[in-house]
Amino acid sequence: MPEEVKKAGSDSCQECTRRRFTTVGLGAVAIAGAGSAVFGYAFLSPNALYEPSPIVDAGKPDRYPLDSVTPDVASGVYIVHRPEGIYTLSAVCTHLGCLTAWKPELGIIACPCHGSKFRTDGTKIEGPAPRPLPWLKTWVGDDGDLLIDRSEPLAQKQFVRI
Amino acid sequence: MKFFEELAGVRNSRVWRSVFRAGTGDSNLHRSLAVQQNVFMHLASVKVRRRALDFGVTWYLGTLSFGCFLILVVTGILLMLYYHPSVPQGYADMKDLQFVVSAGVFLRNLHRWSAHAMVLLVFAHMFKVFYRGAYRPPREFNWVVGVVLLMVTLFLSYTGYLLPWDQLAFWAITVGSNIMSAVPLVGAKTRFLILGGNTVNANALLRFYVLHCVILPLIAVVFLAIHFWRIRKDGGLHTGGKIDE
Repeated sequence: MPEEVKKAGSDSCQECTRRRFTTVGLGAVAIAGAGSAVFGYAFLSPNALYEPSPIVDAGKPDRYPLDSVTPDVASGVYIVHRPEGIYTLSAVCTHLGCLTAWKPELGIIACPCHGSKFRTDGTKIEGPAPRPLPWLKTWVGDDGDLLIDRSEPLAQKQFVRI
Repeated sequence: MKFFEELAGVRNSRVWRSVFRAGTGDSNLHRSLAVQQNVFMHLASVKVRRRALDFGVTWYLGTLSFGCFLILVVTGILLMLYYHPSVPQGYADMKDLQFVVSAGVFLRNLHRWSAHAMVLLVFAHMFKVFYRGAYRPPREFNWVVGVVLLMVTLFLSYTGYLLPWDQLAFWAITVGSNIMSAVPLVGAKTRFLILGGNTVNANALLRFYVLHCVILPLIAVVFLAIHFWRIRKDGGLHTGGKIDE
């Protein structure tokens, strides 16, 4: 007899056992929790970012005389002109993301936060930076302006010949 | 004294007794009920060892930390009345608090110094608890609660750091969030979610503001309540085995 009662109880919730109630209840809470986690994650990830474009216009190449290093603080890059051509270095330190500074009197790039120092080809002289300053994709646009893509570090050195 | 007779009259009045139901009297029962039946005081124990109140036992470091927390809540709420968490308004509001708002510089500095003092006192409290062995059973769980509170204190400190929106704030959070992204697998994504973007910008300021003013203080209050309540449940403050004189 008790077996039958238990069986009947599982169909209608009139006579639910506590175990069944708990199982269904916890299952519902778990599903709701998983759903909340998914929606919460989606909600916290912005779909549209109002951040500056990674591509910046650095003006006409003749603004950069031979053997010069020109910092662009607003864009966080250095435009370097060498006999081989023009290239762009990221000014963002590879250690923890501070903006490095060009030291013309020493001819080096130095980070004010933790003291990393770099040569003008991006390679490290000293300090905690784990990688050299990356070279950024640089090209001359249709209107003759120098364009830089800050989101694309170059795998190999590449000069823009003028 | 007539004054005390009148006071007793007030304490026996119907209104008073409707609020404080324990009633008057200096019996142990009355005194116990006065603590037990008060929502704020019932976290604490009815009796403490006299030795537990000696300065040398705790240096009052936990109480002082909590005092800093209360100052920070009061001054923080007042600062919120003049501060907009937006770029670049946040910086201007901070400067207005310093130079334009009456008593603004006092409240801002009180908030800032209390924040520094709280971090210092929480660490000192932890060292004191450690060197006196007060973390040992039966208080091991309260040590864990204390570690959570240390973390909450540091996160409050870190999120509050960004709000002035000056150079120090910007680069400190840039560096800190880049440290965050060094965590394997989830680091970069965590940084993106906390900043609400790829750089420290308007979204980051707003998220840090909400964390600093709502989420973290709520977590702190919950864990503070557990922390204080566990002192009673774990048998009162650790007095180093010495008994009352």
